[in-house]
Amino acid sequence: MSQWRQLARDGLWFNNPVLVQLLGLCPLLAVSSSVVNALGLAIATLLVMVGASTAISLIRRQVPNAVRLPAFVMVIAAFVTCTELLMAAYAYPLYQVLGIFIPLIVTNCAILGRADAFASRQPVLPAAIDGLMMGLGFGAVLVLLGALRELLGQGTLFSNMSLLFGPGAANWQLTIVDGYQFLFFVLPPGAFFVAGMLIALKNVIDQRGAARARPAAAAPRTDRRVRVTGTIK
Amino acid sequence: MSMMHASQVSSGIAAAVPPTANLMRWVIVATLPGIATMSYLFGLGVLSNVLLAIIFGLAFEAGVLRLRQRPLRPALNDSSALVTGVLLGVSLPPASPWWLIAVGMMAAIVVGKQLYGGLGHNPFNPAMVGYALLLVSFPTHMTLWSPPQELFPADLGAQIAGTLPTSQLDSMSGATPLDAFKHKGSTVLASEFWATNPLPDGTLSAWRWAALAWLAGGVLLLVKRIISWHIPVAMLGSMLVLATLFYISDPSHFASPMFHLLTGAALFGAFFIATDPVSAASSRRGKLIYGAGIGALVIIIRTFGGYPDAVAFAVLLMNLCVPLLDLYSVPRPTGQQKATPEERRP
Repeated sequence: MSQWRQLARDGLWFNNPVLVQLLGLCPLLAVSSSVVNALGLAIATLLVMVGASTAISLIRRQVPNAVRLPAFVMVIAAFVTCTELLMAAYAYPLYQVLGIFIPLIVTNCAILGRADAFASRQPVLPAAIDGLMMGLGFGAVLVLLGALRELLGQGTLFSNMSLLFGPGAANWQLTIVDGYQFLFFVLPPGAFFVAGMLIALKNVIDQRGAARARPAAAAPRTDRRVRVTGTIK
Repeated sequence: MSMMHASQVSSGIAAAVPPTANLMRWVIVATLPGIATMSYLFGLGVLSNVLLAIIFGLAFEAGVLRLRQRPLRPALNDSSALVTGVLLGVSLPPASPWWLIAVGMMAAIVVGKQLYGGLGHNPFNPAMVGYALLLVSFPTHMTLWSPPQELFPADLGAQIAGTLPTSQLDSMSGATPLDAFKHKGSTVLASEFWATNPLPDGTLSAWRWAALAWLAGGVLLLVKRIISWHIPVAMLGSMLVLATLFYISDPSHFASPMFHLLTGAALFGAFFIATDPVSAASSRRGKLIYGAGIGALVIIIRTFGGYPDAVAFAVLLMNLCVPLLDLYSVPRPTGQQKATPEERRP
């Protein structure tokens, strides 16, 4: 069971696609202006990630090494097309809001990265779990970013949730500050800023945790600053 | 740092490099004519902006230094936060509400300067980081410039407290000359536009007087050798050339070169913003390219872009080019082979 736990810990925290690997930033920054947009894209990405990881693991022995990347992209594109059609069928208003960013999930390098680095070398079950955990890790940061930007930008939370959950969700909006608007956080620069702050926050939490784990064996302070976002395994 | 004073070194005079605090204090002295003139013309709201910006600037600087566990005294004594406050304060519309100034100074000092490592490590001009953030975030507040008015405007307190309703703000403030000209409409000829007296009385002359006061302060900086002539001359020169070309090609649609230089932030920006020793290019050739780039961008954005004035965006864009400019414009010592960029890299 420890293998599953390791996969979960990596996907959600220690090797988080956004906070550590810094992959898939284009959709992350473009679509995270509100909770509903972020949640919509997070679910779509999660579906693609689980499906693509599973399928790529299944065909891993049949794909020649030389053409593996084009083959993986084709598999991912197939799942993206399925997801796009599903969203058009069941969440059409959100489908219209997200627009080009749904087909662009194909180019989300977090998905191709996991496909090549993990799914193409592992049996089906670990690959599927890894896809699920990486998708959840990506989605969690995406939704958190969306919530922070919606709160800081417009002073609301969960506005327009009816786009995703139907008319019943129309009154879910929480207005924290009335009549407030700070356009910087709604516009793309705000996404870079908040994402940077989240990465910094994760690093602080990691450092605190490491310091608590071994307070006596403090490493000597040096100026080594090769990677600033953790270590990729 | 050595490149900053290349002129003194190359002429064989080992001039003492003035300490940062001294430099910053002369910059503040040089802003006094501009601040005094603008306060006289646009009311004490200009002065309240500057004072509030300085207070917030020092407070944020002290707060971040405390969080970073750095000594407070040297950083606060070098007056750089003071200068940032003055520069942002005069850039904002007079009598801006306190929260607008606080947000701007927070972006300038905390994000624009301290997050990069403090004075000397910031790639962007901190005051312009704050200004650009405010302009993008609060366009309604940032484009309301009051027309020239008496020294003590009514409602000054309410404006600063931010309790005045927007409708009343709208009625008391108007567009800047650049803003008005930009929105004259493409079918209106320039001569027709000016014939309609589009601005409240005295607006144009007020902006000209303010520009001349900044020019006076800039000349003081030049005389005291706080700044070199390269950046201001290159920036104003490229503005003049480009604006003249546009104006000659179609005087009925493009603004005259004098209009470009004497309204808006051209002279203020050329002497006080673009010359920031940290974020500007440092070699002489680099400074000329840097200044000319700012001037060209200002005219291009003013003429074709979405914003009426563009000094902040132009300076920030050219700040981005500074590492490249410094790499490729290092002067070659006499008798030495031309170095490749790789060899120049420290």
